[in-house]
Amino acid sequence: MASGKNDELLFDHNHDAVDRRGFLKCMAWAGTGALCVVQGGVLKSFSLSDAQSRHAKGDLSFVQISDSHMGFNKAANPDVAGTLQAAVAKINALTDPAEFILHTGDITHLSKPVEFDQVQQILRSAKPKEIFFVPGEHDVLEDDGQQYRERFGKNTKGSGWYSFDKKGVHFVALVNVMNLKAGGMGLLGTDQLAWLEDDVRHLSNSTPIVVFAHMPLWNIYPEWGWGTDDSAQALSYLKRFGSVTVLNGHIHQTMQKVEGNITFHTAASTAFPQPQPGKADSAGPMKVPAEQLRSLLGVSDVNYMRGKRALAVIDSTLQ
Amino acid sequence: MKRKLILATGLLLAIVVVLAGLYRTLKRRPVQASAVEIKIDNFNFAPATLVVRKGTQITWTNRDDIPHTVVEDDKTFKSKVLDTDEKFTFTANRTGTYRYYCSIHPKMTGKVVVE
Ligand SMILES: [Cu+2]
Repeated sequence: MASGKNDELLFDHNHDAVDRRGFLKCMAWAGTGALCVVQGGVLKSFSLSDAQSRHAKGDLSFVQISDSHMGFNKAANPDVAGTLQAAVAKINALTDPAEFILHTGDITHLSKPVEFDQVQQILRSAKPKEIFFVPGEHDVLEDDGQQYRERFGKNTKGSGWYSFDKKGVHFVALVNVMNLKAGGMGLLGTDQLAWLEDDVRHLSNSTPIVVFAHMPLWNIYPEWGWGTDDSAQALSYLKRFGSVTVLNGHIHQTMQKVEGNITFHTAASTAFPQPQPGKADSAGPMKVPAEQLRSLLGVSDVNYMRGKRALAVIDSTLQ
Repeated sequence: MKRKLILATGLLLAIVVVLAGLYRTLKRRPVQASAVEIKIDNFNFAPATLVVRKGTQITWTNRDDIPHTVVEDDKTFKSKVLDTDEKFTFTANRTGTYRYYCSIHPKMTGKVVVE
């Protein structure tokens, strides 16, 4: 667990970080653990060493894992199976058991059947038996995602989007890694946008919404393609809801932003870290000393408490 | 004296014009080799713009730890997914400008001009 003095330097620990314009950034870079929660429109951040963050028992608890990149074997992590197993062990050890798992894509590195097989094999040992997936660009290579959908998207629409409800929370799984355009970033496309608009149409404004997709649905760093070209359109359908949580992967580091009623969060990878935006020549795998690796990989524990405006996300590392 | 100065200035100007023309020609001149390489490094095609003669064989090599593809905008050529050190070859038999990108990381774009 990444706890200790270092984490605390990154956050406002007066616990009263209020931005009057209703816009606030709370970033947790790779290697730190943080809990960011909005209560009554005020974002508060705690480090994981803060006892307050640990007894926040919610009405619904689930975990997000991301970017397992099974099949990757380069210097940045020669044992991605081992670190995925460590992530599963972490999930199984939670004091408040997770009800299900979200995997936000890049399940495999090269879309190979053996890579998918291995991930499914490892995830079988997870206590939560229900796992929801969205594809990353690495899962739909060569076949436009056909194999991915045969394995994980049997009853989905289009290229693999779907929605479901859990304890009054509406979950929407979006696909933004298909038919990417030259010079662009992630893409949802008009068919999916039309479906999304229709999917949330019947919901009341007080329904908590969780949207998950592989690539960030906010523009983190367009120079590296870290965003989605038509995400603003998707978010416009969600503006009327009191609580919207957007969970993404792809950038292999944790980051949070709160904008109005929408809380954005990206999860760490279970395979290898990537550099902070613009801090390297490219977004490629970041090589770190072996003993540091697990402190830069992680899982995210998400808690929903009835009556609270946003879901609480606790990132923890694999160390 | 004044005539000489005018003559010298004129000569100098002429030399500059000729050199500039030569430079432009050289710069525009397609790569002469029958086979050329484009490296994929750090999520970039290098060189990003390449001018070649008709019939030149172009080979892309992925030197990243992450897979990439080489896809022409109108699918004139399209590689399979290239893992580390894998190559893709296209022979430019028709003149024109070919814009291409990586379908996995579409921010990566490049251009081949065949003359
Ligand atoms: Cu690429």
